[in-house]
Formats: sequence, structure tokens, C-alpha cells
Amino acid sequence: MKVGLFATCLVDLVRPEIGFSVVKLLERAGCSVHVPSTQTCCGQPGYNSGDAATARSLAIKFLKEFERFDYVVLPSGSCGAMIKGDYLNLFADDPDLKSRFDALAAKTYELTDFLANVVRIETLESNFAGSVTYHDSCGGLRYLGIKSQPRALLAKLPGVRLTEMNQCEQCCGFGGTFALKYGDISSAIVDDKCKNIRASGADAVVLGDLGCMLNIEGRLRRIGDEKTRVLHIAQVLAGDA
Amino acid sequence: MHVQSMHFKSRAAMKLADARLQKNLENVRDKFTRKRAIAIAELDDFEAIRNAAVERRDRALENLDAWIEQFERTATARGATVLFAQSHEEAASLIVEIARKHGVRKVTKSKSMVSEEVGLNQALAAAGVQSVETDLGEYILQINDNEPPSHIIAPVMHKDREEISDLFARVHDTPRKTEIKQLTREARDVLRQHFLSSDMGVTGANFLIAETGSVALVTNEGNEGMCTILPRVHVVLAGIEKVLPTLEDVATVMRLLPRSATGQAISNYFSVLTGPRAAGDLDGPEHLYFVLMDAGRTGLLGGEFQDMLRCIRCGACMNHCPVYQRIGGHAYGWVYPGPMGSVLTPSYVGIENALDLPQAATLCGQCEVVCPVKIPLPELLRKLREKQFERGLRPWYERAGFMAWGFVARNPGLYRVAVRVAARVLSWMGGEKRRLRSLPFASGWTDQRDFPAPSGKTFLDLYRERSSR
Repeated sequence: MKVGLFATCLVDLVRPEIGFSVVKLLERAGCSVHVPSTQTCCGQPGYNSGDAATARSLAIKFLKEFERFDYVVLPSGSCGAMIKGDYLNLFADDPDLKSRFDALAAKTYELTDFLANVVRIETLESNFAGSVTYHDSCGGLRYLGIKSQPRALLAKLPGVRLTEMNQCEQCCGFGGTFALKYGDISSAIVDDKCKNIRASGADAVVLGDLGCMLNIEGRLRRIGDEKTRVLHIAQVLAGDA
Repeated sequence: MHVQSMHFKSRAAMKLADARLQKNLENVRDKFTRKRAIAIAELDDFEAIRNAAVERRDRALENLDAWIEQFERTATARGATVLFAQSHEEAASLIVEIARKHGVRKVTKSKSMVSEEVGLNQALAAAGVQSVETDLGEYILQINDNEPPSHIIAPVMHKDREEISDLFARVHDTPRKTEIKQLTREARDVLRQHFLSSDMGVTGANFLIAETGSVALVTNEGNEGMCTILPRVHVVLAGIEKVLPTLEDVATVMRLLPRSATGQAISNYFSVLTGPRAAGDLDGPEHLYFVLMDAGRTGLLGGEFQDMLRCIRCGACMNHCPVYQRIGGHAYGWVYPGPMGSVLTPSYVGIENALDLPQAATLCGQCEVVCPVKIPLPELLRKLREKQFERGLRPWYERAGFMAWGFVARNPGLYRVAVRVAARVLSWMGGEKRRLRSLPFASGWTDQRDFPAPSGKTFLDLYRERSSR
């Protein structure tokens, strides 16, 4: 099956290695992976800041780049919620485009959802070992129902011991431009997240969204925690962590 | 109430720096969410009840004018007087007039957020009428120099017992008490005198019931009964959106209100009051008035924010909001805090007078998950952001930034160059530790967090290199 990979703008810029872990996972699952070279951003920053016109034009750009694939996969619940949910709102008044976006939404999957529910992966080639705790990011959890998928996949790795943290579903305080505009509130929220992560005693916090990742890692390092690793689930599942 | 929402940022910063408040907020945080979760789990089918509640609230709002007319007819037939106020000022002056007409010197009040909107205590005081808050939390705030509530159902949740002990000792001029039982006893002794000497009771309304002309009141302390039965006059002050067609509608919504609010299956007191004292009645007021206030509500009817009018004021959205949990209610600068307040405040006092509120949310979605009447709060906040953007109410640098970003993101060639340069520069700035301790134009991020630095090359560049090998 032909899978279009949307790396997301943050993976592209900040953590390219995560993109390669995703490619590895998809190829091992037997997918033919395509990475459209014109991809940029799904448009969520504009959409959430009230710039609907820019969001709309980026949505159409995304549609043209990705609608030709059997599936579209991305390593982010947040961008996934944008593509599978908000795109449909943006074109509610345009029946032709709306039906194309509906079709796009139906074949677009967050990575762990795709691995667990579409290719139904049986075994993972990863020798990752250690204790981990999982942070449920808001977009994936509340808008795409990503909860059991990453945990089911982690359970396939014999070396992984999952210890749930307190309040694992609580927002990390990132919120896109919120983290810049209201940095002090955002920092207070992520501080609690870091306390819960550290209290879990896990060696690493694993998650599925770059925004949360940068936020949590940034705060952990600032408070002097050099030890707790912050890993994208793709890195753990691919054995790249 | 005076609107101070434009000072949200500085007020929030003050609240974050207030160590005592932070401790108090932390102490209550889990209690609300835990109790609600248990109470909701006890329901056989939360989702079905929720859908029914939405349907019933929507039915009321779709034909609100007709239900209000029916309410007016039935309430009037039972001997009440129904008055309408277009604005806060009009509502205040109607109630002051009622007080004058009946020679009222003292008012006892049950908890009402609409009366906070109106600034009723101040209006009554200006007319020479003493107004006494009788909900324990509201009473505490009133004797603390008329401090505003910080939560719509737990108005004094920002204070700890020690603060209240000090306050009571100072204001009541009594020996300092520290046991909750002693403190409430003391408040009861003070309030009892007020109840017995009150001329007029003022309450809000959880619901107005069109088919019976009644008001439904949900309380926990019993003070509401003392306000509605003892005085000669009872005034109900309510927003026009509070009307529900039938008693059965109220029964449906009541299955969710106390559970969502305090985690109770049912509140300690639930009153349905109809008409003034009739011949043969043993108690009740001689006169009953309803003041139904618009003050911005019709502006939401029939528009993209109508869903907000479903709100039943349970407070679950704020209890579960990561922002509210950190800064408390006072930072929001008007009557209603948290997610519902961040939609209501700009809607009622003007979008330009509360620019921060719709922005100060992570859009995490938890408020929508817990809302008993399924108000799409994140979506409404986002729509308000859209209005701000369309009306040019965002700062120039933000608009310029989005214009530039949008232009670049639409042009892949340009975008690749921009991202390539950014990845290189940020990587170089990150040094050996691969992190940035400060970033120009992004101090909001880096004041209290590092920014993990990029590794130098973008994924798309590396992927192309790998594919061409």
C-alpha cells in the first residue's frame, strides 16, 4: 500500500531523526512510503490564531499533495486532529471540497493508530529496554481517541516497563502560540507535568507529539533534570532510542 | 461589575507569584475533578443523559421568546410580577425601585452570579439599602471588603481556612477560631440576625420553568430558604436564557448539574418556588418579582455562539482547565472565569475589552469533554480568535508574523530555504548541549524553559539525500 508520510513541520525542523524512525516503522510494516517534497505545515498555527484564510489555503495545498495515497500517516495527534477534524469545518460550505476532505480524513492516521489498527503490526524490531511513562497529548487523546494504541504497541516490546504517571491525560501546557504568548502560565502547567513524570520514576517519558516533546524536554532540562529522557513513540518502537 | 479583563496578563502573573494562592489552588484542584469523575461514573449512561440535556436546553433556546412569554403568563397568573431589563443598569434600577416601593431597608441575598454582573450590592448600597450575602463563601468575600468571587460555585476557593479565621476574628471582633464547625457557627449567628430582620430576599435562578412559572434553585447551605420564605418580598434576578419549558426538562438537566459541579448526586437543597404566598399558605413572601435580564444574551441567539447559552453554570470547565487551575478566577477580570468565562466575557462586555481571554487557552479540549451540555468551548474560543483577527484587534507584529509565515508556508521552495537556514542557525546557537537557553522574540518560551535545538539538517533534506544515494 502507498503511504504518504507527512513529517510535520516540527519534526522536519527540530527532530529529523523521528521522521526516519517513522519511515523505518512503515517500511517494516510493508508500506511503500512516499514523502512529498513540497510539504510544509498543516496550517494549525494559523487556524488556532484566527487566520482562517491561511489555514484554508494550506489545507488545499495539503489535500493536493496527499489525496493520491492509499493512506496518509503522520507522527502527531495534534496535526492529525487538524487534518481529520478542523479541515472539515473549514470547508463545511463547499460540498465538492468537503467530500474530498472527508475522503482524505478517512485515510489519514496518526502513527500509532495506523500501526495498531490498520496494519495491525504483530512484532516490532526494537531492543529498547527501560521503564517508561506515557504522556497522552491532547489532540490525539481527545480528538482522535489515541489512548490504547501506543500502550498496546509498547506492550509488544519485552524490555519496556510502562509505569503510568499521575494525571497522564492532563495537558502539558504547550498549546502552540500559547506557550509563547503566555509563557509564565504555560511554564507553570508544564512544571506540574514534569513533577508527575519524575514522580513516576520512569527513565523516559514517551509521547506522540513534537509540541509536548519540546515543551516537556525544555522544562526538564531547565530545572536541571538531565536524566529523564523524552522520546517520541516512533523512536522507541523503531529501536532508535 | 467593573471589567478588568484587559489586565489579564499582569493579573495572571501576580497570581502565579502568589505562593499562598498557589498552595490553595493546588489543594482543591484534584478534589473537584475526582468527585466529579466518581459522580459521573455512577450514572448508567452519561452520554445519553447529556444528549437529552443538550436537546432540552436547545429546544428552549430555539424558541426562547415564546417560552419567555409563556413563563411570563404562568408566573403572572400565579401572582408574581415579571419585569424585563435590557441591561445591567436597568436590572439594578428595577430592583432598587422594588426595594423603594416596599420600604425595604435590608436585603438578604442568596448566591447569584447574575447579581455580580449587575453590581447589585453596590446599586442597593447607593440607594441606602443594606444588602447581605448569605451564602457562606459570598458572605466571607463581602466582609472582606467586597472581594469578587473567584469561582462560580465555590466563590472563596482561593482562600484557606487560616485566612478566614483571621478575617472572622477581625471583622466579627471575636476570639480567633480555627475549626470549620466553629467558623460556620459564628457565621450562622451573624446571618441569623440578618435573616430575621430582612425585608427582601434576592436570589438568582438555576432555571425558570415556563409551564409552571416557577424558579428552581440549587443550593447547599439552606440560606436560600431563609431568603425566599422569611422576607416580605422575594426578587428573582435571572438571565433570560435560564428558561426551560417543562419540569421534566429541569429533572433531566438536574441529573447532571450537581454531579458536574460538586460531584453530588443531588444538592443539599433543591427548591421549586411558584408565586407569592397565597390564601391559606403558611409562609412565603407577600410579593414575588422576576427580573429577567438580557444584557448581551440575545446577541448570542441565532448566531455561531448560541451553544454558549446552553450553559448551566456547573463550573466543571474551570475545574478541569489547566489555565484556571494555575491562576484562579480573579485573573480573568470579570464575573465569569475559566473557559465559559473566556467565551462569555468578550461576548457580554465586548470582544475588544477582553482580548487575552480567548487566547489564554491551550485548547486542550478537556472543558468540552466534561461539559454536561456539550458546549464546544475550544471551538468557540477559536472563533473568538478569528473575530479578533478579522477585526484587526491583534498586535501588528502578530499579524505581520502570521502573514509572513502563511506566505512562506504556501511556497514550498521558499519554505525549504527558510527552514534549512533556521535549522542551521538554531543548531549552531544550541552548541554542544543542543539546547537554547534564550531565543530572540521568544522569551515567553525561554524564560522558564530551554528550547531543544535542531540537529542541523531538516528531515526533508536528509530524506532527499538518502533517497538519491
